[in-house]
Amino acid sequence: MKSAVILLPGLNRDRDMIAALTKIGGKPPVTVWQTETEIPDVDLIVIPGGFSYGDYLRCGAIAARMPVLDAVRRKAAQGVRVMGVCNGFQILTEAGLLPGALMRNQGLKFVCREVKLSVENAETAFTSHYSKGQVLRCPVAHHDGNYFADGETIDRIEANGQVVFRYTQGTNPNGSINDIAGIINEAGNVLGMMPHPENLIEAAHGGNDGRPLFESALELVS
Amino acid sequence: MIKARITVTLKNGVLDPQGKAIGGGLAALGFTGVHSVRQGKVFDVELEGTDKAKAETQLQAMCEKLLANLVIEDYQVELHK
Repeated sequence: MKSAVILLPGLNRDRDMIAALTKIGGKPPVTVWQTETEIPDVDLIVIPGGFSYGDYLRCGAIAARMPVLDAVRRKAAQGVRVMGVCNGFQILTEAGLLPGALMRNQGLKFVCREVKLSVENAETAFTSHYSKGQVLRCPVAHHDGNYFADGETIDRIEANGQVVFRYTQGTNPNGSINDIAGIINEAGNVLGMMPHPENLIEAAHGGNDGRPLFESALELVS
Repeated sequence: MIKARITVTLKNGVLDPQGKAIGGGLAALGFTGVHSVRQGKVFDVELEGTDKAKAETQLQAMCEKLLANLVIEDYQVELHK
């Protein structure tokens, strides 16, 4: 149950992610800087949220071309679990590890609030501690979370059960297609999501709906 | 030195909330008849050397690998005379 957190300049949710992994996993994750070409032997790699490279060019575009992402790509191909939250999700799409793209919020505003998520697929490595259809509270904080992919890709990921989380109860904060909040790759080991489960893991956060995600991702690995 | 201009635009069918807001801004200024506005990006690139064919190949590779996200964007490379 070893984990790693990828660090890039401009990320700002790394400390929250490290705290969540430490509190839930029982030991701190290793941290891996963007210039590293190898990632230690871990079971879960997390790319946290923030504004890597100031969102220059496109959110996550520059980060996705850093050496550490090649290392993430290799690990993902070996089946290691990879999770990207918020900017981490944007980086994973820019790196080609997940389909589609995250575009500017439809309302053009930065949105920082709580949303409701429904668990669309509870049979993934990241959601096995939830039940299908369960509705979670979860905070979001982003300017570019409007998930887009061409019609063919949307049909494919919907049919494959790759849409893992959906905004529900009218809380879609960004106009994303089909209310998509989080998706997984075809192989089932790379998850990207805009909401921040690491910010709802204990009483001090006002709830712990994000906790089962970490328990799923960490517990089931050997 | 070779000078080039790369234009990156959103593909047809990709929603452009920023372009839409800009269109709204133009309407607010009294510009009537603006059917639509699409926002894009322009990159002016200077390359060392004089081999234009090589430059074009290199610039296309830059677009494919970084400057454009081909999921949502198209690009156009123009070499200055």
